[in-house]
Amino acid sequence: MTDPVYLDHAATTPMVPEAFEAMVEQLGRTANPSSLHASGRAARRAVEEARERVAAALGCRPGEVVFTSGGTEADNLALKGLAWARRDQDPRRTRLLTTAVEHHAVLDPLEWLEAQQGYAVEHLAVGADGRLDPASLGTALAEPASVGLVSVMWANNEVGTLQPLQRVVAAAGEHGIPVHTDAVQAVGAVPVDFAGSGVDAMTVSGHKVGGPHGVGALVVRRDLPVAPLLHGGGQERDVRSGTLDTPAVVGFATALDLAVARQAEHAAHLRALRGRLVDGLRKVVPDVVLNGPGPDSVPGWDRARLPGNVHVSFPGCEGDSLLMLLDARGIECSTGSACSAGVPQASHVLLAMGRDEDEARSSLRFTLGRTSTEADVDAVLHAIGPAVERARAAKL
Amino acid sequence: MKVLAAMSGGVDSAVAAARAHEAGHDVTGVHLALSRNPASYRSGARGCCTIEDSNDARRAADVVGIPFYVWDLSERFHADVVEDFMDEYAAGRTPNPCLRCNEKIKFAAVLDRALALGFDAVATGHYAILREGTDGLVEMHRSVDAGKDQSYVLGVLDQHQLRHSLFPLGDTPKAQVREEAARRGLLVADKPDSHDICFVADGDNAGWLREKLGERAPNHGGVIVDDETGEELGRHDGTYGYTIGQRKGLRIGTPAPDGKPRFVLDIEPVEGTVRVGPRERLAVHGLEGIRPRWCGTVPASDTWGDCTVQLRAHGDEHRARLRVHDGGESVSVELLDPAYGIAPGQAVVVYDGSRVVGSATIASTDRSSVGSAS
Repeated sequence: MTDPVYLDHAATTPMVPEAFEAMVEQLGRTANPSSLHASGRAARRAVEEARERVAAALGCRPGEVVFTSGGTEADNLALKGLAWARRDQDPRRTRLLTTAVEHHAVLDPLEWLEAQQGYAVEHLAVGADGRLDPASLGTALAEPASVGLVSVMWANNEVGTLQPLQRVVAAAGEHGIPVHTDAVQAVGAVPVDFAGSGVDAMTVSGHKVGGPHGVGALVVRRDLPVAPLLHGGGQERDVRSGTLDTPAVVGFATALDLAVARQAEHAAHLRALRGRLVDGLRKVVPDVVLNGPGPDSVPGWDRARLPGNVHVSFPGCEGDSLLMLLDARGIECSTGSACSAGVPQASHVLLAMGRDEDEARSSLRFTLGRTSTEADVDAVLHAIGPAVERARAAKL
Repeated sequence: MKVLAAMSGGVDSAVAAARAHEAGHDVTGVHLALSRNPASYRSGARGCCTIEDSNDARRAADVVGIPFYVWDLSERFHADVVEDFMDEYAAGRTPNPCLRCNEKIKFAAVLDRALALGFDAVATGHYAILREGTDGLVEMHRSVDAGKDQSYVLGVLDQHQLRHSLFPLGDTPKAQVREEAARRGLLVADKPDSHDICFVADGDNAGWLREKLGERAPNHGGVIVDDETGEELGRHDGTYGYTIGQRKGLRIGTPAPDGKPRFVLDIEPVEGTVRVGPRERLAVHGLEGIRPRWCGTVPASDTWGDCTVQLRAHGDEHRARLRVHDGGESVSVELLDPAYGIAPGQAVVVYDGSRVVGSATIASTDRSSVGSAS
């Protein structure tokens, strides 16, 4: 079988060879970076050099990088850790503000804090293009003393919408309220600078930037207290315990470094392919709807969404029928919705953008990446017409 | 052929998919998610709606080496099977949701979707045999394993549905299917058979119905009456907990005057009365069937023909005569020997030898006297 046309880079990315090699080299060594002997010191050095590379790439200080097992842990640590620490400082801080379109790694910890810990979560509204309405944030901040934190993603994982983080930071910063952002999808795709952005905590992930799975980081300001989730050896400045995975950390840093260095060139490559895909889809399926910022909705739309994201609805189709038909043709994409047991749920992101269940279920997400080519895009354009026709006939 | 294998996560559908694949078909496995929230209908117990079953089906598809997807049929299943199940019980009848699911979901919604998506057939792990008859029509016959035969719950399928179905297990006894599953490395080989209704936890029909119907049934609570004496023998808390022919769980304190056990004879949902009496009063000599479904040619109308019938899943076969009315719109069945515990709502499936002729839903039964079903 020929290689699949892989257009699901928002799910995970192929590992860059440099990261693979750096990781394999580390896998051959025996050492716990917390050990005091020479081998331990060598591993510690590799970890700390990786931390410095991550910091340099993300515009933060090395001491602000807390390595985690990935984006989900980093989100959990940021939300629970900040919510607990802030309430310890002032028991009135029980309101947690976020958007309705966050990843489940943000929504679910918040839901848990509300259900189990007495917090109140407020989901700020987004517009039809998935962008946070800054006015709703202003209203929510009318009583700032009761707010524990604000969490707004840098870029949406489903529809690719970039959020107005600067305005969030300005509004929250006025009251000294910390802002967390999940930047998992943004790093390497758009410029991301921790210090420059003014956010207080930021989640990044290894496997979304050409690095290994199972590693990520929470970048968090040193002066911001964060209560730990994982208790134990206190390896990561007592905020996070667990023996560090030296090979994964090194692979992650190598990939992140490259992703950030190549960001501008990479984004230009993706934008060109994205334009070809969007234009082509509109020709083949005239009633296709581009979700998120698009040429009909936002001026300068192509800078308002992630460069590699094409999230589209095909009226009258079930997204999972289309996915199956394309998969059978070797084209791999996503319905962009969360699944437990593989049961498709209508996307909470599209519902928050004002779409109905049917519209939400008629969607596919194509996400382009480093290895994507014009031939990949053309393969989609070649297959999508008949697939849509079939899927329309098959709709229950 | 492009074949869609419906995979429940059990051993039968896994082996059926493997056999279809081995026969050279282009097979895709699909697990039907029948509940949006996989634990909502049935938690803690095995059934066809749990996450574990979905995972088992996925692993079986991996072992067979076929693509696998989950299809969300939850809305259709709830509307066509679960609601119907509740309505039927609320009306004092005894539905068979498996037949209903085969008729409305597996060989309708799923089959239609599969055909539209370019598949030629749906394969399942049902125990029944399909073969082409001399008239060119596809015939359905009982499986070789009489203990596992599932032709009864497939009796609702018409020629179009049969033509696009594959039952790869019909010629094999269950024990052999298990051995084959183990030989093929399918980890579900020793998974227990499912016997209960998949959406009812722990086989507790009455408990499930009580929770779902609540006060909806007009008959929530009522009396249990001796049909002969009219004496009130006890109370119950919902007629849906009872099925005609039921003996256990009547909670009658006083023994019958003759010392013999008593059975549910009738359920009157509006008054909420459950009537009980001796076994001989359950003897059914004939019945009227509605909503008939024919596997092939509709039998000639307005004439009595010999056949056998089965009146419940895994029930006995009865010698009978069948008369079709109005060109196939309803049927009368005359039983040559009485059958016991036959409830309206159940299906009568008609056989000619091992071949399934068709089926109908039992609307009423005749318990008055021998041979007057007309």
